[in-house]
Amino acid sequence: MRTTLDATPARRSLLSDPKARAWLFQIVAVVAVVAFGWYLFHNTQTNLAHRGITSGFGFLNNAAGFGISQHLIDYSESDSYGRVFWIGLLNTLLVSVIGIVLATILGFILGIARLSSNWLIRQLATVYIEIFRNIPPLLTIFFFYFAVLAPLPGPRNSISLWDAFFLNNRGLQMPAPSAGEGLWPFLVALAIAVAGVLLLYRWARARRHATGERFPVLWSSVALLILLPGLAVLVAGQPFSWQVPELQRFNIRGGWVIIPELVSIVMALSIYTAAFIGETVRAGIQSVSHGQTEAASSLGLRSGQTLRLVVVPQALRVIIPPLTSQYLNLAKNSSLAAAIGYPDMVSLFAGTVLNQTGQAIETMAITMSVYLAISISISLLMNWYNKRIALIER
Amino acid sequence: MTSHTFKPDLPPPSTSVGALGWARANLFSSWYNTLLTLLGLYLVWLIVPPLVDWALLKADWSGSTRADCTREGACWVFIQTRFAQFMYGFYPAELRWRVDLAAILAIVGAAPLFLKAMPHKVRYGIGYLIAYPLLAYWLLHGGFLGLDTVPTTQWGGLMLTIVIAAVGIAGALPLGIVLALGRRSDMPAIRVICVTFIEFWRGVPLITVLFMSSVMLPLFLPEQMNLDKLLRAMLMVVFFEAAYVAEVVRGGLQAIPKGQYEAAAAMGLGYWRSMVLVILPQALKLVIPGLVNTFIALFKDTSLVIIIGLFDFLNSIKRATTDPAWLGMSTEGYVFAALVYWIFCFGMSRYSMHLERKLDTGHKR
Repeated sequence: MRTTLDATPARRSLLSDPKARAWLFQIVAVVAVVAFGWYLFHNTQTNLAHRGITSGFGFLNNAAGFGISQHLIDYSESDSYGRVFWIGLLNTLLVSVIGIVLATILGFILGIARLSSNWLIRQLATVYIEIFRNIPPLLTIFFFYFAVLAPLPGPRNSISLWDAFFLNNRGLQMPAPSAGEGLWPFLVALAIAVAGVLLLYRWARARRHATGERFPVLWSSVALLILLPGLAVLVAGQPFSWQVPELQRFNIRGGWVIIPELVSIVMALSIYTAAFIGETVRAGIQSVSHGQTEAASSLGLRSGQTLRLVVVPQALRVIIPPLTSQYLNLAKNSSLAAAIGYPDMVSLFAGTVLNQTGQAIETMAITMSVYLAISISISLLMNWYNKRIALIER
Repeated sequence: MTSHTFKPDLPPPSTSVGALGWARANLFSSWYNTLLTLLGLYLVWLIVPPLVDWALLKADWSGSTRADCTREGACWVFIQTRFAQFMYGFYPAELRWRVDLAAILAIVGAAPLFLKAMPHKVRYGIGYLIAYPLLAYWLLHGGFLGLDTVPTTQWGGLMLTIVIAAVGIAGALPLGIVLALGRRSDMPAIRVICVTFIEFWRGVPLITVLFMSSVMLPLFLPEQMNLDKLLRAMLMVVFFEAAYVAEVVRGGLQAIPKGQYEAAAAMGLGYWRSMVLVILPQALKLVIPGLVNTFIALFKDTSLVIIIGLFDFLNSIKRATTDPAWLGMSTEGYVFAALVYWIFCFGMSRYSMHLERKLDTGHKR
């Protein structure tokens, strides 16, 4: 049998060379994307010209001329669209922050309850999680808004608590604090107390590391936090004067109002997200091997101490990344507020301002960049925290 | 020699076996567990009896108007009289058989795929995926081959929700897989394009995207081109969910050991063949739970089309509760809606668990 070895490689077409092909694909892709972008841009230009819309952000200085039901900073109808932006942003952040705090607390309770040694508690937590994570959050918001809060009595027949808190279909009215004569001494005393607690904590930890002796940090901190500000109040007088809401002929005036939109969206989002956080926490705790728990109990730690000192610190490393994405989801879901008219970023800017000015591209760009910025900040913050608590391997 | 016989074992103490033993171990093992159990029982007692009373025992089940609801419980008459609207929206009543037929064909057509002994399953599946959408479009929308047109403005109810979800899943899965492959590609330009696309869609809420579809998309397109509102919404849902699918699939791709890629290359398979024949089957199997979670999220997210004024299931219910003839029925309406959404989502999650067990080849640690 005779074989011939061809010394010169067969002539290959340029297309079968992987490197050339990679270049070709990339050039085609980039050209396609650029062409598509230019096509959109061109269409937009012609459409805007035909409709007589001038683009630009100049409209932000114009007077808004509409009322907003909840504003954390001063606002009147003659203020500019730029100020409306800040109000929308603050309202969105308010919902996100309250929602995240409540959902985290409820979620951790649920996650631990799902692993409880108590059968009933375990089942209750499972039922809660299975119900609420399979229902659209928007539906939960509607349920609270239209089925729970809307049928509440009107202002005249409010459900009143000690004649200071009034619950009716316009929201929860409650006393508002304003600065009293003793405000500054009170704040200074509080700051000193907080600083004292921090110092005490560090000192107690150093002493425990050095001598092994414990110091009742919790009780002494509570005592410090109550005693010092209390003393300030006794000496300098009341820090706040409370403005109590009063029932007038048609409405309740004065005090702070928590509008029903805020209540429904915060409740619905925390209930919904807590179900997911609960599962995250359960998975995290289960990822800590049983040997760790056994080792802790053979060292003589009680079950509470085992959880607090051994299991949770290790579980947190597993919990943090998915927890971050739950926080991101909650922040993004806060835009559902637009569906019930809570004055958040979307309903104020992508809704009212867009309708009034017709500046579709600018308002949408602003709204979307706000959410992109929120998303990026939360993930940066959580990445930093994650790095801090990550396992330092030797 | 005497043989020693053991006495028979004593039975375990009666407090550690049977129902009593179980209760002692699981409910009353310590003083705080007892306290928790009592608290839990109180909670159950607080919620369950009133709920059963309201929803079943004291509810009105038959009638046709608001006046028939005389008892203090739920008024399910409201759901009964509005049921057709919740299912079909404003789809013309005499043409609703077309929706029913499309649904039946979907189930009958997909059924063979779940049979174990079915030959040529892949070929049949691909044929079904190509043929059914055309058939469904013909039945639901019509306008050719002898069926009257039903414009999408008349679509609504659960049917619309399912249509959006189905189109979303069917579109987002392939697009997401391509994006995931692009994100792991060796070509920097492709990678940058895919990463930008994915991160943009993942960073913004769906509501703003839907807003964009209704106010910005008309600006982007040529003037004479007027896309249907539903089509625009579906396009946005597909892009949005594709970004999430892409991240899930990327997780699966990263979990496949490098040896598999190298083995595929050593067999002389090109890029696409090694992906389709070797990598993706393993990667997709790994991420089934994640994919199903994304699809459940998609199903729940379809409710957001209310923002751009489409009458999906939730919006039909919301609208019906504001009908002056049926005021005060919000609780019944939303509880019914929650039940329907829950059945769909819970069903999907159970099916994914089943699939996971079935496809498990025992290679997992």
